[in-house]
Amino acid sequence: MTKQNQKFILDIISYMLLLLGAVLMVGPFLWMVSTSFKLPGDQFTKTLIPPTFTLDNFRELFSVDLNFLLLFWNSAYISILTTIGQLLTCAMAAFCFAVVKFKGRDALFTALLLTLLIPPQVTLIPDFIIFKYLHLIGTSVPLWLPAFWGGAFGTFLLRQYFLTIPRDLADAARVDGASLIQIFWNIYMPLSKPALAALAIFTFQGAWNDLLHPLVYMPSVPDTMLTVGLAFFDQQMRNGGKFTVLMSGALISILPLLIVFFFAQKQFIEGISLSGMKR
Amino acid sequence: MEYGLKPLGREKFWLWALLTPTFIGLIFGALGSVIATVLLSFAEWDLLTPPTWAGIANYVELFKDEKLLRSLTNTIKFTVLYVPGVVIISLFVAVLMNRRIRGIGLFRTAYFLPAVTSAVATALVWNMIYGKDTGILNFILERLGLQPVCWLCTNNAMYAVVIVNIWGAIGEGMIIFLAGLTAIPHEYHEAAAIDGANGFQQFFRITLPLITPSIFFQTLISTINAFQAYDYIYMLTRRGGGDSSVPVVVFSIYRNAWNFFNYGGASAQAIELTVIVAALMAFYLWLERRYVVYE
Repeated sequence: MTKQNQKFILDIISYMLLLLGAVLMVGPFLWMVSTSFKLPGDQFTKTLIPPTFTLDNFRELFSVDLNFLLLFWNSAYISILTTIGQLLTCAMAAFCFAVVKFKGRDALFTALLLTLLIPPQVTLIPDFIIFKYLHLIGTSVPLWLPAFWGGAFGTFLLRQYFLTIPRDLADAARVDGASLIQIFWNIYMPLSKPALAALAIFTFQGAWNDLLHPLVYMPSVPDTMLTVGLAFFDQQMRNGGKFTVLMSGALISILPLLIVFFFAQKQFIEGISLSGMKR
Repeated sequence: MEYGLKPLGREKFWLWALLTPTFIGLIFGALGSVIATVLLSFAEWDLLTPPTWAGIANYVELFKDEKLLRSLTNTIKFTVLYVPGVVIISLFVAVLMNRRIRGIGLFRTAYFLPAVTSAVATALVWNMIYGKDTGILNFILERLGLQPVCWLCTNNAMYAVVIVNIWGAIGEGMIIFLAGLTAIPHEYHEAAAIDGANGFQQFFRITLPLITPSIFFQTLISTINAFQAYDYIYMLTRRGGGDSSVPVVVFSIYRNAWNFFNYGGASAQAIELTVIVAALMAFYLWLERRYVVYE
């Protein structure tokens, strides 16, 4: 067998395997879309194309006692606040660690990295107790407020990026009399858009998809996040048995992230590579 | 100390202002939480009556209480199944994608999709797929002339849940491995091919040793994720009364604290989890020094 032939055959095999895998990866999503457009009576039909196409499930979703719009709004503003908090406070710290010279810098940075080892379950219980004493359980505050005190992951990611920005820029600005804050805000932030975008997407995704924290802090419907609402809805539907409406809810809940993903795929993937390669 | 800008005069104040949120997080968020959880683990507290000192009773329970022991063995079993699954499958996918063939971007999008979307939403579909009488999986099995399986019953739920968790993690693993694979210079494979090495030899003698850093990293991350896995387990295996057919430690912590108001016991479990993960990380770092090749 010639080498060309061998490569051709291997390519075909690779294609087949990748295609099979892709069907397994995307299949559940296709099923979700398909079911959400089926009539309740057709919910268990094993065809991908709905026998009768309907939009009733979506209409029902917004009319049931579960306030879907409220869930959506809660998820949106909590995720946005979380993202703003993380971008701002992580960038502030990352700038100090990457650019400024001060006593105890390396020790502080090491201490920050060590916090990556603390599982979220360890902080959850004392945080819950504190927020309970502040009468904030049932509100969204415990979900977004901690985002405003920095974090090891975001600080690390941005610091690594800040380090790649040529020092000459800061030096030149310094000669021209720029302050640290000006260098941070007018030079480092605008030049770090790719890293900031990657971190923003990561943080937003994490907040939007989070289940454990809203389950602890905003445990009761209707005033909670989409994830908890869907989990609650799931239980109701299991008894009532309307999977079509449930699927339309699931579809709408993933739609914002899907849209972001299709437009900013590069940032998604860069975020993982950035955090993974240089850790 | 490395090079860096020196704060001038009043800028010292601004420097610490920039660092203040991180300080708050370090002192209250991290250090304070760890100390508080350790203290709580030696106490009995339901948040309604004043806390009482419990000594090591909560830790004794960890080794005596059958349910708590079962949650630990479940977590270990889950990890043992999940970590190799994620590492091997995502490496395999990455190797296939690293071949220069057309349409790779489309495949990458497809494989990454589960990593983007919420586990809660996709778990709802998996529930339909796994359904005993109405599910697609059993429909396919029956078409193939096989017996239907009760996927989410106690005997099989662990495997069903591990499969879904792996499905959700392949996308990220694949990206990590692709980054490692593309960093290998082409000359290595070309030189080996000239010397007559076949594809398998090239993979095991060149590719695999050169991506040990990626394998190490992915194993580490997957292990941490395995010990914290919650969403799919909650969505697919929960039962009435806050129970689950695959109660892992994280599930048990939640139940202990927020269903039974046993915050001391839950804290002891959280500490248990932390100690095990820390020990595993130390073991991995030891392995890294021995076996991981950095160029």
